[in-house]
Amino acid sequence: MHNENQPLIFEVSKPGRIGYSLTELDVPEVDLDALLPDTFVRKDAPELPEVSELDIMRHYTALSNRNHGVDTGFYPLGSCTMKYNPKINEAVARMAGFANIHPLQAESTVQGAMEVAYDLQEHLSEITGMAEVTLQPAAGAHGEWTALMMIRAFHEANGDTDRTKVLVPDSAHGTNPASATVAGFDTVTVLSDENGLVDIEDLRSKVDSQTAALMLTNPNTLGLFEEHILEMAEIVHGAGGKLYYDGANLNAIMSQARPGDMGFDAVHLNLHKTFTGPHGGGGPGSGPVGVTEELAPYLPKPVLEKHDGVFTFNYDRPQSIGRVKPFYGNFGIYLRAYTYIRSMGPDGLKSVTENAVLNANYMMRRLEPYFDLPYPQHCKHEFVLSGRRQKKLGVRTLDMAKRLLDFGFHPPTVYFPLNVEEGMMIEPTETESKETLDSFIDAMIQIAKEVEENPEIVQEAPHTTVINRLDETKAARKPILRYTPATEEELVKA
Amino acid sequence: MMHRYIPMTESDRNEMLEVIGISSVDELFADIPEKIRFKGKLNIKEAKSESALLKEMSRLAAKNADSRQYASFLGAGVYDHYKPVIVDHVISRSEFYTAYTPYQPEISQGELQAIFEFQTMICELTGMDLANSSMYDGGTALAEAGTLAAGHTKRKKLIISETVHPEARDVVRSYADGQQIEVVTVPHKDGVTDMDALGELLADDTAAVLVQYPNFFGQVEDIEAIGRMAHDSGALSVVSANPLALGILTPPGQLGADITVGDAQPFGIPEQFGGPHCGYFAVTKKLMRKVPGRLVGETTDEEGRRGYVLTLQAREQHIRRDKATSNICSNQALNALAASVAMTALGKQGIREIAYQNYAKTHYAKQAFEQAGYTVLGGDRHFNELVVDCRRPVEELNVQLLEQGIIGGYDLSRTYEGMENHALFAITEQRTKEEIDALVQEMEAVHA
Repeated sequence: MHNENQPLIFEVSKPGRIGYSLTELDVPEVDLDALLPDTFVRKDAPELPEVSELDIMRHYTALSNRNHGVDTGFYPLGSCTMKYNPKINEAVARMAGFANIHPLQAESTVQGAMEVAYDLQEHLSEITGMAEVTLQPAAGAHGEWTALMMIRAFHEANGDTDRTKVLVPDSAHGTNPASATVAGFDTVTVLSDENGLVDIEDLRSKVDSQTAALMLTNPNTLGLFEEHILEMAEIVHGAGGKLYYDGANLNAIMSQARPGDMGFDAVHLNLHKTFTGPHGGGGPGSGPVGVTEELAPYLPKPVLEKHDGVFTFNYDRPQSIGRVKPFYGNFGIYLRAYTYIRSMGPDGLKSVTENAVLNANYMMRRLEPYFDLPYPQHCKHEFVLSGRRQKKLGVRTLDMAKRLLDFGFHPPTVYFPLNVEEGMMIEPTETESKETLDSFIDAMIQIAKEVEENPEIVQEAPHTTVINRLDETKAARKPILRYTPATEEELVKA
Repeated sequence: MMHRYIPMTESDRNEMLEVIGISSVDELFADIPEKIRFKGKLNIKEAKSESALLKEMSRLAAKNADSRQYASFLGAGVYDHYKPVIVDHVISRSEFYTAYTPYQPEISQGELQAIFEFQTMICELTGMDLANSSMYDGGTALAEAGTLAAGHTKRKKLIISETVHPEARDVVRSYADGQQIEVVTVPHKDGVTDMDALGELLADDTAAVLVQYPNFFGQVEDIEAIGRMAHDSGALSVVSANPLALGILTPPGQLGADITVGDAQPFGIPEQFGGPHCGYFAVTKKLMRKVPGRLVGETTDEEGRRGYVLTLQAREQHIRRDKATSNICSNQALNALAASVAMTALGKQGIREIAYQNYAKTHYAKQAFEQAGYTVLGGDRHFNELVVDCRRPVEELNVQLLEQGIIGGYDLSRTYEGMENHALFAITEQRTKEEIDALVQEMEAVHA
């Protein structure tokens, strides 16, 4: 059984092997012990692996074969927008003039990079309908926090220091309340109504003179457009609060509606979702923030500007919230996003949204007979099924998710949003063909039938993966967070 | 319209519309109030073909001066180091780069195991008990270390050394501001933290002392003494460490650090105009449950096979929402993978050799500057950076160096009072003796 384990790189290490090639030292040798105080001279070498270059490549190739990406197969993970990651983006990001430039070089030597960043700001500003955009935040959650800090600075500048609350719908992403806390606010939860939309009366009752902002995803995490958005904006603005747009779901509305036109004061975008910066197994992302004229003075420093055809960073921004990240954001990721936007153009982006929404609605209607659909109206780019019918038969949504692995699909986002029992949130994106959607639908229908006829096969899934269900309780109870070589005693026992 | 990223044909679309029971895609947007429906065409640039776009992007890239054409002596937190070619081959495997966060462990064992290995390597280098799966960058990792310390000690004041990267200090202040935490700066004396001033500032309301190792000026701070002083006041010792330097320097974990953070950019990650890089975050065992971000842990499956999962998730935003230890969700997973590959390639021997070369070359540069009559700040406790009094404005000097194919040092007058004419030069193993000699010669030539 032991030899079924995929070895760790440390376990294939052999003293004396090397995988590097350094140029021989061309200056005189030095005696570290003589030059540095003894306390600071490292005595024991760190136990990094000792392997050849082929060992490295084989190891990571083996690991990659144990990983599912968009290029491996369909990845309908709701709210994550797992669309195809274009290869031209990767080529552009590796161009020497973009990859090997230092952020502190003289501005005159990085005008090309600054031009990309500036032009991207302009594009995002138009796409979102916001007056100004900063590219500094490193990811969506970082963008949320940045924008909330700006909103706070705005209120404080107006002597409005009592606005301590941020309103967040119960269907919101977990980062919304977490970002509010990190920005020093208390979170107030707003309930959803029976149609899956923000309950306007509940909102009205919770908005008051302490409201700093309402954070909203539109369409929301059920994939439904908040059609009362203008009324909501009026309620929040009427009480002196600001409206914050979580751009995780922007893929649903490009060229159809713009946050700026809906009344939002601040917007963050996830360039690694809508705009194809790859997810990278969890990052890096890029989370630009767009704001109205009114909030623009509070943008993080520095602000990228263009004067007479020359690009400069402006640090002289007295009302700025300060710096949110060293340097200028995740350039390598927003460079990919820019490349993508330029590959699509205005018609392409419109088509992206139309097809993303068409795909989601098609899947929803085909799956509707087999699963509960709590909110049956047309959806936007994603929809949420409930597994409560199957749960009554003893099969949980988690089981069905695991069964999908046997068909070669990544499962949907499960148990989210929190306001749907046994939820399965499906987002196909526009880059998938009808054939792919159909094969996923067929698999889902088969699983629904298995639940009725042969539930064990679902409950015990997956059956075809390199490993089956893992003991998460054990992992959390006695955490092993790093490799430690086996002691001699353990080796003898083994 | 047809586009290579959008496969739906007209007939596909018609079949799908029929299943939905509508006659046009437009009907799917009917719930958007008329008043805010976007009617026109987005006023952005028209699409370009693949070839035309590559051409345009190449033209823009060529406008930048990159460290392949120039000998760069710019460091200040971002370094031009040896990047094993294999790194890019590994991270170009799209099973890694097109994957999401490994929430489904059965089909994400590759990513999970790679992160587990990354966590182990960071522990080995820093001497800490455990490390997370990555942070955005060194600056935000330091800021989160500060807020963690404040939460842990229930104290509202951070003391940060002036020798910490100025931009990282700015980020620490922004984060602290959100949570009403006060940040006090302790000045430097001859390029290292002023210990007397630190002693005066430390009090029973101090949550942590934040220092950098080696510091912004390239000097090796006495983090052992600083840590001891912090602990005597009941504060935590937070160290921001260049992980590559730890090939020759005693790890912070052996010198009393409670939290060690930093950026793994020196390991195979290109400069990329400042990002994405790769923050790391490592702590002692007692802080395990307060760590921000994702942690990968080892466990077994139903058949007893070893496997890896995201663990201790009760700390995180998707479970705890407003009670989470941090709001971080996306991290720098792919760059952590890049750093792992580079650390693996260097290995136990290479990490020492590369760190040693950085020290030796910097030492050589220091002597060359001094022989040419320049004053270099501090003694021999430098790693790969030096502060040199150039005797003339650095900005001006850099313009002339550029003409000679050299990207000069960081102009310290941008961020430090009293440091007019002072430059921070980075001398990595990539700089040859000839390039170092040329730098010193060009500076002299400029004077003559």
